[in-house]
Amino acid sequence: MSTVKATRPLGPASRPRRRIKPVKIASFTALLLTTFLMLLPLFFMVSTSLKSKREMLKFPPTFLPESWAWSNYTDIFETLQFGTLYKNSLIIAGFSVFGTLLSSALVAYGFARYRGRGNNFWFILLLSTMMLPYPAIMIPQFVLFSKMQWIDTFLPLIVPAFFGSAYNIFLLRQFFSTLPEELFDAGRMDGCGELRMWRTIALPLSAPALATVAIFAFIYSWNDLLTPVLYLSSSDKFTLPVGMASLTSSRFRIPPWHLLMVASVLAMVPIVTLFAIAQKQFVEGIVLTGIK
Amino acid sequence: MFVIKSESRRQTFYMYLFISPWLVGFLIFALYPILSSLYYSFTDYDIIHPPQFIGLANYTEMFHNELFWRSVTVTLRYTFISVPVQLLLGLGFALLLHQTLPWRGFFRTAMYFPSMVSGVAMSLLWYWIFNPQIGLFNYMLSWFGIHGPAWLMNPDTALYALIIMSFWTAGSGMILFLAGLQGVPASLIEAANLDGAGRFRIFLNITLPMISPVLLFQLIMGLIDSFQVFTQAFVMTQGGPNYSTWFYVYNLYTSAFKEYRAGYSSALAWVLLIVVMLFTAVIMRLSRRYVHYEGGSRR
Repeated sequence: MSTVKATRPLGPASRPRRRIKPVKIASFTALLLTTFLMLLPLFFMVSTSLKSKREMLKFPPTFLPESWAWSNYTDIFETLQFGTLYKNSLIIAGFSVFGTLLSSALVAYGFARYRGRGNNFWFILLLSTMMLPYPAIMIPQFVLFSKMQWIDTFLPLIVPAFFGSAYNIFLLRQFFSTLPEELFDAGRMDGCGELRMWRTIALPLSAPALATVAIFAFIYSWNDLLTPVLYLSSSDKFTLPVGMASLTSSRFRIPPWHLLMVASVLAMVPIVTLFAIAQKQFVEGIVLTGIK
Repeated sequence: MFVIKSESRRQTFYMYLFISPWLVGFLIFALYPILSSLYYSFTDYDIIHPPQFIGLANYTEMFHNELFWRSVTVTLRYTFISVPVQLLLGLGFALLLHQTLPWRGFFRTAMYFPSMVSGVAMSLLWYWIFNPQIGLFNYMLSWFGIHGPAWLMNPDTALYALIIMSFWTAGSGMILFLAGLQGVPASLIEAANLDGAGRFRIFLNITLPMISPVLLFQLIMGLIDSFQVFTQAFVMTQGGPNYSTWFYVYNLYTSAFKEYRAGYSSALAWVLLIVVMLFTAVIMRLSRRYVHYEGGSRR
């Protein structure tokens, strides 16, 4: 029933009252409680990552480590070639982000600025590919890439990004459509070519949308497990998720929980950093997609 | 007349120039794979040797295969609980956070934070949380005097454990709902307020219709995502115990890349594709009556 109460302050927000409404107190308490529950696992992720091997097996789990085992964070680089995994993931994600930005921005611009013949048809087709489940196409793609001798290289994980992705194209198209036509008329008057207008007018004005796309593309590539599992076979080419997944394999009798948590914390670092840097743009960008 | 024609030609030319990366990608990475997977689905194919045409055999086998039906029930069970609850949670959080409250920014970030841990890291974390001896979940249950089960090791609870875990990322939906709520004009709500409408009526008759496009988008995307659960099954349970988390895509992956039956697996892929299209079509059809778009036009 909290949903009912919550709609209230939408309206007369402009008329503040002295008395704090009970609805607000209830909402605040509910938020406090759920946030606590949401953050608790994360708290334990960090705290367990700093526990000794002995302490990680204690029940009940200790909130804070008795002795802080900072060495876990160096150990993992030795036991798991974590450095290699990290580097591989960064290379793949870096190229994927670059490819996605480049291609999606070009395609979105084409859809947004030129009312060419077939615009609607292709755009609807593009949107419908969002519903295409990856598993439905993965076998022929695998056959295709193995014929090209791309197995056990990064290429199958990078190259498709250079052909645009539907969701990001959609997001950018919505953004490009809001840019005023006058800007481009002025550019045309100055003898600007079409590609140059894209680069010098549209792109600089779209920083928030581009930042959002970059974050989406990074998160997608960084977290992806299925594709690297399919295409990478030698362990020095593994990405972070593949290496981490191997941690739960049966070669350990008891899973090394403290190291699993170190891996999880380290895997989060780039995403959180990116989010912290681009948060404002990111939220703005999501608002753009969310509305329609 | 001539000028107009050349202008439309120019527009068409530049449109195709700019969208050509996607057009090429669509042909290579979508259309060609879909069609060849349709062909493979009628063959016996191990990826190494050329495919042998065997007609409908893969499809008939599928419908007699116990593991196929298991994967269907597991996936549907997960979907029908996880997707609606995630939507409700996301909407609930968004409504709470749409008010002017202290620490709003903190709450918003905190709720969204878990969504940044998706994938293998999240699976590893919850693998520990659900550990019956030392995990957080049973420890917290013990505060209330409940003796928790062995979650991931128990066929009766493993799927529910994964469902519970999925609620943790409801924050990503919340962000979209918040964006939607910001698009609801305050004037409409004030007007209704003046007319004496209660909170519940305002929510039902104004807020909900205004954010229905966001709801629809999330419902469809949520369904498609949950039909494709793979990481959790791969990292946490390997489809077990006793096939209780034998998700559809895990089944598909195993038949193609562990049993080298790419033909059979392609048949699975095509059934997935058809089911996704059917679900989407039915939801779109039903939603026509309920989803409101500004200006009254449907898109």
